Amino acid sequence: MSFEHRGAWIQLAVTVGAYAAYLTLLFGRADGGPLEQTPYGDLIAWMIGGSIVVGILLTIVTGIFAGERGRRTDVRDRAINRLSDQVGASFVIIGAVGAMILAILEVEHFWIANAILLGFVASGILSSIARIVMQRTGVPSW
Amino acid sequence: MKPTRVTNRIRALRDAHEGMTQGQLADALGVTRQTINAIEQGKYSPSLEMAFQIARVFGVALDEVFQYPEGGA
Repeated sequence: MSFEHRGAWIQLAVTVGAYAAYLTLLFGRADGGPLEQTPYGDLIAWMIGGSIVVGILLTIVTGIFAGERGRRTDVRDRAINRLSDQVGASFVIIGAVGAMILAILEVEHFWIANAILLGFVASGILSSIARIVMQRTGVPSW
Repeated sequence: MKPTRVTNRIRALRDAHEGMTQGQLADALGVTRQTINAIEQGKYSPSLEMAFQIARVFGVALDEVFQYPEGGA
């Protein structure tokens, strides 16, 4: 497994894990009450910050154990990353459009923030899946 | 994923060069072993520059490494 392939699995695991932790803590705080009245700002900040830090640390640790050859990336990896980023970007846009519609409808800030967050999460999950699939099955030919 | 129509003889050329491994060829080109494997299996079309570099490693002409079927244009 190449360094970039391993990195895609790390991104997928960290994104899913961070969002699962966020939802668990959010529903725990709500304790059956209305979600939109539950404090959520600090949870989102910790989730985003924590996932970035954990992702970087895991990448560094796997890079240390991979050796020089195992850390190598090349033009094929860059092509895969570019294509998978395009897949992910579309879901950021979908999340932003969803948030804009919610803002126009003047719904609670909670739902707007969570629509944007869901867009980020979907982007992270689908771009990492796209990277894994292309690493395993090949890059679309030009 | 649709495979490329470009075929190659990299595996045969590696065998002819004292059983050169994918890793050794990757080291010579500065790419990952996975990229060499993907090229050999037709899962990735290398850039023209990398194609020339591969041919140079084996000391042969480009069309001795890569082939394109007749009527494929």
